[in-house]
Amino acid sequence: MSAHAALAGVSRVYPGGDGRAPLHALGPIDLALRPGEFFAVVGPSGCGKSTLLEVLAGLAPASEGTVTFEGSPVAGAVPEGVGVVFQEDASFPWANVYDNVAFGLQGSGLDRSEIDARVRSALAFMGLRDFASAYPAQLSGGMRQRVCIARTLVLKPRLILLDEPFGALDAQTRLLMGDEVLRLWRETGATVLLITHALDEAAMLADRVGVMSARPGRFIDVVETGWPRERDSRLAERPDFGALVARLWSSLRVESIKALGHT
Amino acid sequence: MNPAIARHLDFLLVGIGLLAIWQGLFLWIGETGISSPLQTIRHLGALAERQMFWTHAWATLDAFLRSLLIAAVGGIVIGLWLGIGKVAGQVAEPILVALYSLPKVTLYPVILLIFGLGLSAKVAFGAIHGIIPVILFTMSAVRTIRPVLIKTAKVMRLSPAKTAWRVLMPAALPEIVTGLRIGFSLTLLGVLIGEMFASQAGLGFMVINAIGLNDTETMMAVTVLMIVLAGIANVLLLALDHRLHRRAG
Ligand SMILES: Nc1ncnc2c1ncn2[C@@H]1O[C@H](COP(=O)(O)OP(=O)(O)OP(=O)(O)O)[C@@H](O)[C@H]1O
Ligand SMILES: [Mg+2]
Repeated sequence: MSAHAALAGVSRVYPGGDGRAPLHALGPIDLALRPGEFFAVVGPSGCGKSTLLEVLAGLAPASEGTVTFEGSPVAGAVPEGVGVVFQEDASFPWANVYDNVAFGLQGSGLDRSEIDARVRSALAFMGLRDFASAYPAQLSGGMRQRVCIARTLVLKPRLILLDEPFGALDAQTRLLMGDEVLRLWRETGATVLLITHALDEAAMLADRVGVMSARPGRFIDVVETGWPRERDSRLAERPDFGALVARLWSSLRVESIKALGHT
Repeated sequence: MNPAIARHLDFLLVGIGLLAIWQGLFLWIGETGISSPLQTIRHLGALAERQMFWTHAWATLDAFLRSLLIAAVGGIVIGLWLGIGKVAGQVAEPILVALYSLPKVTLYPVILLIFGLGLSAKVAFGAIHGIIPVILFTMSAVRTIRPVLIKTAKVMRLSPAKTAWRVLMPAALPEIVTGLRIGFSLTLLGVLIGEMFASQAGLGFMVINAIGLNDTETMMAVTVLMIVLAGIANVLLLALDHRLHRRAG
């Protein structure tokens, strides 16, 4: 089966300037996302995870290598069918929750009732039904991220890129939000790439987990989890779950120490 | 006490205080220098019955609205453009700041030369006063927009024009309104000064004419009217300003 989205020999160097030296942030790295798979990326802080996402999405150019989505090269623009939820809060403070979620549909040529139906269903899906007229300033950080996920969902992306969407949440809520993401993945049939720094989250959610090295990030290990498609946070009770997390950690430990600069 | 009522009470107290100072000044300086609050209001009533007053008032309003339109639309468009274009912005900013702090009086001869006497010079006076704060505030607002919002626009595949209209504009709006509020007062100031120096019509001309004729009452009545109207407009714009800033969190 051909890859849904792929990076081949991709690296990214942030150009210097203004007295700053160029910074080699990522790669060279290869990645082939299978259609419909859930792929998680873990790696030490600053290793280039967000950079990987931006290059894959077409938001930032690869310095070397090629990026493809559905068989076509990605360069200079985000292809249709790709949805991104960023690490930082990207909700629009001037619009209420409803208008935030409807943002990408307005002016898209869809008629009003179709827009309304999609927005309502995304709001319900993300547990935001009662907050349609609230402004982001009135919501918690986790709820704002849910607004951003809903805003992406209504566009029915075929590839969804999530950059630590629950970084701001406590561990328990994060696991429950993980269940929501699994549900979203199953119901949309989309290919999902999730960046996270929580190993248990990666182990629970993904079909495959890619472990990245310290900057410039490369994959040092890619682990197949072998979970059934129907799964949820109760996986965490299984003994082989613990073994999986332990394996991820043993790969990551040395790299995390490097990233802290202790070598 | 309800804070809204407290605020209104504050306004009332300030108003009464100003009136008291005015009355005090009148008693101290006497009739030849200034007219009393009561005289002024009476005179304003008398003026309002004369066609000539309304002709002048209309001329001022007309010139003011035109200047404001130029300052607002021009300021926002130039501000967005300078904010987006890094190089253009970096070149323009110090020039604009210098212009902003420069007494605009120094530009009058140039403007008179270009526009001659009359409506266009007045409008130009008003617009150059008002447009600079609108440009500066819009530009700095666009520059400080969080990059993730622009990335979101890219993911939504918005064209540059749609990005400006649907993301940059609303993100910058609270700051733009602050710029417009300041621009509003300065535009009015510019138009009135323009009328004093370069026109035969308008309330500014009425004031300068009254000063020439030693007509203290008319001079005071028109001046006070302008101050009160500008004050009210500023209070309304300030309320809008606060509201937008609060919502932006
Ligand atoms: N726009 C930029 N210009 C220059 N350097 C950058 C830029 N963005 C990121 N970097 C650098 O590139 C490296 C990788 O950054 P990136 O944001 O991809 O890391 P990350 O793995 O997402 O980190 P975190 O886990 O903290 O989110 C870091 O050293 C960062 O300082
Ligand atoms: Mg990151």
